[in-house]
Amino acid sequence: MKQGEQKLARARMGRMERKKTLIAYSFLAPNFLGFAIFTLVPVVCAIALSLFEWNGGDISRLRFVGFENYATIFNVKKVSQNGLAYFFNRVDLGIALKNTVYYTVITVPLTIICALALALLLNKIRGAVVFRAVFFFPYVASMVAICVCWSFMLMKDGPINHFIMALGIDFNKSWTADTTMAMWSIILVSVWRNMGYYMVIYLAALQGVPKELMEAATVDGANKWKQFLHVTLPQLRPTTFFVSIMMIISCFKIYDVVAIMTEGGPGRSTKMLVTYIYDEAFTKVRYGQASAISMILLIIVLLVTIIQFRSEKKFSND
Amino acid sequence: MEQTVRQKNSIRQDNPVLQKILRVVVFILLIALAAFTLIPFVWMVSSSLKLDREVFAYPMHWIPETFHWENYSLIWQKVPLLTYFKNTAFIAIVVTFLQTLTSSFAAYAFAKLEFRGRDTLFLCYIATIAVPWQAYMLPQFIMMRSMGLYDTLWAMVVLQAFSAFGVFLMRQFYRSIPTELCEAARLDGLSEYGIWARIMLPLSKAAIATLVIFTFVGTWNDFMGPMIYLTRDFNKTIQVGLRRFIQENSSDYHLIMAASLCSLLPVSIVFLFLQKYFIEGIATSGLKG
Repeated sequence: MKQGEQKLARARMGRMERKKTLIAYSFLAPNFLGFAIFTLVPVVCAIALSLFEWNGGDISRLRFVGFENYATIFNVKKVSQNGLAYFFNRVDLGIALKNTVYYTVITVPLTIICALALALLLNKIRGAVVFRAVFFFPYVASMVAICVCWSFMLMKDGPINHFIMALGIDFNKSWTADTTMAMWSIILVSVWRNMGYYMVIYLAALQGVPKELMEAATVDGANKWKQFLHVTLPQLRPTTFFVSIMMIISCFKIYDVVAIMTEGGPGRSTKMLVTYIYDEAFTKVRYGQASAISMILLIIVLLVTIIQFRSEKKFSND
Repeated sequence: MEQTVRQKNSIRQDNPVLQKILRVVVFILLIALAAFTLIPFVWMVSSSLKLDREVFAYPMHWIPETFHWENYSLIWQKVPLLTYFKNTAFIAIVVTFLQTLTSSFAAYAFAKLEFRGRDTLFLCYIATIAVPWQAYMLPQFIMMRSMGLYDTLWAMVVLQAFSAFGVFLMRQFYRSIPTELCEAARLDGLSEYGIWARIMLPLSKAAIATLVIFTFVGTWNDFMGPMIYLTRDFNKTIQVGLRRFIQENSSDYHLIMAASLCSLLPVSIVFLFLQKYFIEGIATSGLKG
């Protein structure tokens, strides 16, 4: 008798459980269906596709080649003969990697310095809302418009060269057509565009610096600069770390500015990882190789993300 | 010794004249920096009102000698701007609507319901946020083409409407709403759908505002997606349409600047009115870069 009741109760529980799950799934379904089809499946396919050769056309042309695509993009044969210098100076992938790292290594610290400086200036000042909006505005302005505007301003007879010449520096070239300055024009636009965004994050973090710490430092005879160095900066460490990680990842994904301002040129001097992927995939229609390069990008971004996760644990344990 | 240091410091801190001077210096510095930030936009406006040969004239005039307003009527004849605007608005509005609706729906399940496989599924969402879109855009493209979506506006819609980011953002917010509220409503006989519609949605206005603005601006400014998918002119969005115009008329500087300015306007207006939500959204969620 009692057993029967228990069974019944369990059955009812099971039914309720099932009903709950069904309701939950009904909430998830609209988003999950779209997400699964248009994101999850392609992510899985991306890994597989890098092991195949496919130069467009019918799917029957798909041919399994193993790691051949990777051997091609690394140009293993020539590199093993001529050494690493050959890889970074001649092979497309090497050049793209070198350029992307160069761009990242310069853009990240420059943006952080500008963002932090702006945040410090804006912290606790009247009219901050207006300034904040001004510095943030480039971030919402559309890429094509601002990039074409900058590349006009950086032209041979553009206002920036006029200004530089007035300062006595002789530079009579279009920035985006010069092999060294092309990269710097991309860095300039990137820093200019993103500094306001990270400034907002720093402003929020500055609110979190305890007032007592600042007061204690003042009592101990620290001037403004020492206060900044010994109190504010250490307090901002987690933010700076988080901002750097985010920025490194977004730097590795750079495409828009390059595509609009230099198209990877002159020569291959601003060819980036994503520019390379785009060319292989949509211009040269070499799907397998494009996927192999994508995997390189994926691995780099995932490595950076893992570092972030590890350190976040450390920060929260401290 | 220590006493004097302390005194000196307190003098410096309290001296109103010095404080005032410092504040003025910071203010002037900020104005200079703001001017530097806005220069490209000012130059854009100025050039858009000149003749093409005046744009690079030396010495340069920030204020054009005569204002050539006709540039702004000329571009509407030379570029199918209206079509581009319509396409972009369609994509941006549909994506924003679908994104907000489906992610707040899914986020409710992740934040407030218990069911088997919840954590695994959520991990799936989180993991794909970490995967750069550029790494899987090619298989996605091949798939969409085989579905017959290549060169249609719907390709851009499904591409962006179901992002994991929206679900993540909304879930974070829903978790901050006390679960007791839902339980009380459940006892009162409200269904889960009722709780979502009557309690969660009204409480999450701020989060929704953030998501709406982010999605709208992100879709409006998207460049690489339309670049890959939209080839026929009548399908182009303002970004890729503007780029086509630039490539085909690369020396019509004044017209390019006028068209660029037009392309900036809608987002600028949205930003002007909603910048508070925009900036607060970043400060609190700090995501998406």
